[in-house]
Amino acid sequence: MHLTGADILVRTLIEQGCEVVFGYPGGQIIHVYDSLYRYQKELRHVLTAHEQGAAHAADGYARATGRPGVVIATSGPGATNLVTGIATAFLDSVPMIAITGNVMNSQIGTDSFQELDITGVTLPITKHNYFVGSVEHLADTVREAFRLAISGRPGPVLIDIPKDVQIASWEYEPQPAVQPDPPKAAKDSRIEEAAETINASQRPFLYFGGGLITSGAQPELMEMADKIDAPIGCSLMGLSALATDHPRFLGMQGMHGHYAASTAMHHADCIVALGARFNDRSTGDRTKFAPGAKIVHIDVDGSELGKSIPAAHGLRGDIKLTLQKLLPLLRPGRHASWMRAVAGWQEDELYQMDSRPGLTPRSAILALNEHLGEDTPVATDVGQHQMWAAQNLFFRRSRRFISSGGLGTMGFGMGAAIGAQLATGSRAVLITGDGSFGMNLNELATAVKEQIPLVILLLNNGVLGMVRQWQTLFFAGHYSNTVLDRRTDFVKLAEAFGAAGEAVADLDGLRAALDRAFAAQGPYLIDCAIGKDEFVLPMLPPGGSMDDIIVKVGD
Amino acid sequence: MKRFTIAILVRNQFGVLNRVTSMFRRRQFNIDALTVSETESAEFSRITVLFDGERVTKQQMVDQLYKLPDVVSIREFDQDEAVSCELLLIKMENDPASRGDILAAAEAYEAKTVNYTRDAIIMQLTGDSRRVDDFINLMRDYKILEICRTGIVSLERGSATIRKVTNL
Repeated sequence: MHLTGADILVRTLIEQGCEVVFGYPGGQIIHVYDSLYRYQKELRHVLTAHEQGAAHAADGYARATGRPGVVIATSGPGATNLVTGIATAFLDSVPMIAITGNVMNSQIGTDSFQELDITGVTLPITKHNYFVGSVEHLADTVREAFRLAISGRPGPVLIDIPKDVQIASWEYEPQPAVQPDPPKAAKDSRIEEAAETINASQRPFLYFGGGLITSGAQPELMEMADKIDAPIGCSLMGLSALATDHPRFLGMQGMHGHYAASTAMHHADCIVALGARFNDRSTGDRTKFAPGAKIVHIDVDGSELGKSIPAAHGLRGDIKLTLQKLLPLLRPGRHASWMRAVAGWQEDELYQMDSRPGLTPRSAILALNEHLGEDTPVATDVGQHQMWAAQNLFFRRSRRFISSGGLGTMGFGMGAAIGAQLATGSRAVLITGDGSFGMNLNELATAVKEQIPLVILLLNNGVLGMVRQWQTLFFAGHYSNTVLDRRTDFVKLAEAFGAAGEAVADLDGLRAALDRAFAAQGPYLIDCAIGKDEFVLPMLPPGGSMDDIIVKVGD
Repeated sequence: MKRFTIAILVRNQFGVLNRVTSMFRRRQFNIDALTVSETESAEFSRITVLFDGERVTKQQMVDQLYKLPDVVSIREFDQDEAVSCELLLIKMENDPASRGDILAAAEAYEAKTVNYTRDAIIMQLTGDSRRVDDFINLMRDYKILEICRTGIVSLERGSATIRKVTNL
């Protein structure tokens, strides 16, 4: 059938299984919006307050489902407003399709109104991008973009479509949704060599990141841990892949990781890393990181092998398929003394945990845990609250922790929570701080309009707490520009947006507020007061090692 | 430090050189020479990169190149297994005092005089980079007005070709 470019785009999105898109209209994308109007029964469009919120919503949708999130914006400022959202998705390997309008082909390169070279701008933050110069390539370009976004290591792909291409018409025939390129296991010889190292290990440690979730290799991971008798830890991006109470799981390691997880990793003689990239926030000083460990690194992206940490065995391949081949080569092992040492560190950790009575960051998250269903997506912003959430949230199901890890994007949470709620159909939670929330709180308008059941737990300390913590520890208490002192009334603010809200100052108040919040119809904000000098602990100082770990204030 | 020659077969598309060089820039790979050339197929172009560095850096560069969807395949060459050459154009001042020496050196190197005027001589030389370097060094004794060199192109000896591999 003969359709306009705008219709071809929308029909191709529908054909690829897209159910909801996030975006914001404008002059150079107006024809696509006309088509969205026509196809509104087949494809839901969620209008956000700002394109950045739309990009984060598409990201949250993708993290919660594993399917590409789609965001649409106009040219120029619409496109640049996507940039932080695209970069956030890129750093965390989230599949995303970003669609931008541009000026007509005949005006490209002339600095016309709202013209911008967005393919140039997004070159370093997309897996790939396209400028679609003519309508005959449009449908196939969109299909290829979907295939790229979901194949191998996922990531964002941007498609820039000039206005005349949206207007021009061409033949369109629906096609089935594209499939990711077939995953492959690592080379047999590499797997065999790695198996020998693992079999010779006396202190094995299994470590996973977000790649494990993408690959869906949780069953293989658990089988391997049982077979070789090893503890398991993860990076921030791995959280929610395993249930928090899995007996072998020590939780997140790294700069603010669990003491037992970081300590066990440090003392291991063999680390099997699955879809993790040894970011500096995970390793600290790399020359002192896990000094006695041989590293078996499995990743679908070959460029990660040996990039940050030299790997004794670099296995490029899909984690699930590679583990399936590795498992039969592993000898059942028992490492009684190693596992006793790990249990000892876990006991130390219990002793170090913040057990002060009353309302503390930890007790607030623990109170929240009691309300979380198996399916509840929990989004965060970035900062201290994010780390308290990562340390203390109770996870039951994969893809239910929605947090910006690699880029560390403050302002990520509101959009992401909306996207995750629409993806799962379950009431969502946003844990945020007053700094982060201030960045994109305009998306409260979106949550109200779309009647998103969303509990916003705002840990309000009146300061930029994470930077303040560094200033306390490393800058002699020079609180340069981290004291907010804004006097924003967040409850009135929520009400002004049409949402409900209340402020709490103690733990009983928080419990009662959570009861109300989880029974509310739409978004519900809890302004929860916490002290401005709370610390995230433990802490490996930046560039430090396990020798420098701070477990208690005053250390 | 070792010298590596890497041939990259890329889709002949708008902006592909920018994608490759943008990756080099943002990951701070320092390239000594880079050429882009047509190939036997209009569908593909060939980028040849000359790079001095450590083996791990070279490997990281190749791994990152493979992540660019427009990269079709990559071939690394040892100097022993490849035929490599580049083209030099060099413009010398035509001074009667040095003219004889310049033309004698050109003859020894089999450089061809492609333009001869009262004031200047332009010579053309092809050869591997070492040979081109040597000739330029020789010319530094006289007055060089301008130099332009193409950068290296390489082909593997024998019948092997830059093979197509699935790229993802």
